Amino acid sequence: MGSNLSLAYLMLSAILFVIGGVGVLIRRNPLVMIMCVELMLNAVNLTFVTFGKMLNDISGQIIVFFVMVVAAAEVVIGLALIVAMARRRPGATADDLRTLRG
Amino acid sequence: MIASLFAQAAVTSATTENGIVHVAGPSIDWLALLPLLILLVGALLTLTFSSFLKGRAPKGLFTWTTVAIAVGAAISAVPMWARVQGWNSLMWWNLDQAQTGPFSTAGGAVGIDGFSLFITVVLCIGVVLAALLADDFLRRESMSGPEFYVLLLLSAVGGVIMAMSNDLIVLFIGLETLSIAVYVLAGMNLRRVQSQESGLKYFILGAFSSAFLLYGIAMLYGATGSTNFVDIREFMASVVPIHNGLLLMGLVLVLVGLAFKISAVPFHAWSPDVYDGAPTPATAWMAAGVKAAAVAGLVRVFMLTFSNYASTWKPIMYVLAILSMVVGASLAIVQSNVKRMLAYSSISHAGFILMAVQANSGNGITAAAFYVAVYTFMVAGSFGVATIVGRKGDGNHELSDYQGLVRSNPWLAGSFILLLLAQAGVPFTAGFFAKFLAITAAADAHAVPLALVAMVSAVISAFLYLRIIVAMFMSGGDDGLEDVPHANRLRVPMAAGLAIGICVLVSVVYGLFPDLLLHNARAATPAAVQFERPVSAGSTTAGG
Repeated sequence: MGSNLSLAYLMLSAILFVIGGVGVLIRRNPLVMIMCVELMLNAVNLTFVTFGKMLNDISGQIIVFFVMVVAAAEVVIGLALIVAMARRRPGATADDLRTLRG
Repeated sequence: MIASLFAQAAVTSATTENGIVHVAGPSIDWLALLPLLILLVGALLTLTFSSFLKGRAPKGLFTWTTVAIAVGAAISAVPMWARVQGWNSLMWWNLDQAQTGPFSTAGGAVGIDGFSLFITVVLCIGVVLAALLADDFLRRESMSGPEFYVLLLLSAVGGVIMAMSNDLIVLFIGLETLSIAVYVLAGMNLRRVQSQESGLKYFILGAFSSAFLLYGIAMLYGATGSTNFVDIREFMASVVPIHNGLLLMGLVLVLVGLAFKISAVPFHAWSPDVYDGAPTPATAWMAAGVKAAAVAGLVRVFMLTFSNYASTWKPIMYVLAILSMVVGASLAIVQSNVKRMLAYSSISHAGFILMAVQANSGNGITAAAFYVAVYTFMVAGSFGVATIVGRKGDGNHELSDYQGLVRSNPWLAGSFILLLLAQAGVPFTAGFFAKFLAITAAADAHAVPLALVAMVSAVISAFLYLRIIVAMFMSGGDDGLEDVPHANRLRVPMAAGLAIGICVLVSVVYGLFPDLLLHNARAATPAAVQFERPVSAGSTTAGG
């Protein structure tokens, strides 16, 4: 892989990470916020693979599996919390979560 | 690193006999991982066997099981402590080799040294205290069942993994194991909408910060070519990194991720809300256990791995420490809810710990270890009192709910006063020595302005603790002195009383005899030890 191509992949993953980060900050639906966090984690996965390729090191690609497992566990917990919330207050957005003043 | 380990194991030991390929795994010192295994297996067995009881569990069964598991895990760390400290006379199980000193195992993924064992024991103590507080609380709130205890143990597993981590990815996995269990703990009280809200808030912000931490790890991997602490340390010693943006960015992002977990100031916004909404025993664990594990992560990454590169991260941590101490102490004063007050005061405590970490010296590590150990008792005891005063529904945490406590429950109020004074750092309490060591470490590292700010903020936060104490002395209700003390007397359950008693006793004893703990805190030094890979002919460099 040429170094220019690697750089392009790193830029792509940085852009994806920023899109995810901005999404968490501006979207108000908890479900979409979780999807944005997942986008951030997957952007990091792409970074790991690219660095692994650049360094000619297999561990960069193996780390991705660890991250995927963690991301999956996170989604399970997040969806459970959202379901518990939605049963009590259907259609709640992040703006409605203001019982505790910040 | 983990990956190269597997790759290497496959290459070096893949011998073919009759067409069957034998692949040897990494050699693992199971005895060294015993605290971790006891907590993990204990949690899973508790969950499994509880399903056979079909809800007919005897009162307090899970509490005492959890306490036994945590105490067992703490005791199992003692033989390793003897090995790390080189107490040869005590090493009856290791007579043949008599290896002493810190070591790393599981392919260099895990480092067993004084610091990791110290934090392991602190985490086990945190589990014991939180389980004792939860005993009566869960019955009161109709949340009985093994779930709370299992999650508590599993999050402790994550904390122990973080404390023992010798690899950035292991650190990340430990942090996530810890956090995911705590997200559920925070949102567990389905009857309180605040609890669910705090769980969801903590989850979204926690996952957000984990993503930053992971991106930082990816950048450090790209900059240094490894995720193993020892390899990174060697790499950093061999090159002179100038204007290395990737490395700098990675360090900053990792610091952001860990600062979020210890709730240092620019990243603290979640903690008052979450501490307020979460079930109070879970809050006690969050304040004690999660913070201890995150401090362990900070020490391992910054003081152990990047200690040669301190000129870059020290100024950032300096600013974080100042902001945490001042903002935490100042905002605590204007609160009217005791749980939120304690949350802000824990932010201020985080600032003191950061001050010790930024010293980047042996004294700094000692101060951080001492502070974390003492803080666990002080904060768990304080939230223990809040658990009892919260009454049924877990909603009575306003300052006015504490009025008249001295007359209705003198022992409870007295314990709370002692714990608050210890948090304020009054001499002859353990909190005094914790603050003293942290300030000394900073002053020794030529950070005198930081030490001065710390002293000022200690004074500011003393006002906060006195405010709670004064509220307890005020008479409850409008009818003044004729108030009947027995009418609103709180019942102090046995287990929670025991936990608070332990906390008070320790806060006082370590205040009078700090050497008892200081001796161990001095021995709690982290060490970077290269994993000794099994030597075999030929391909030792496979996998990179």
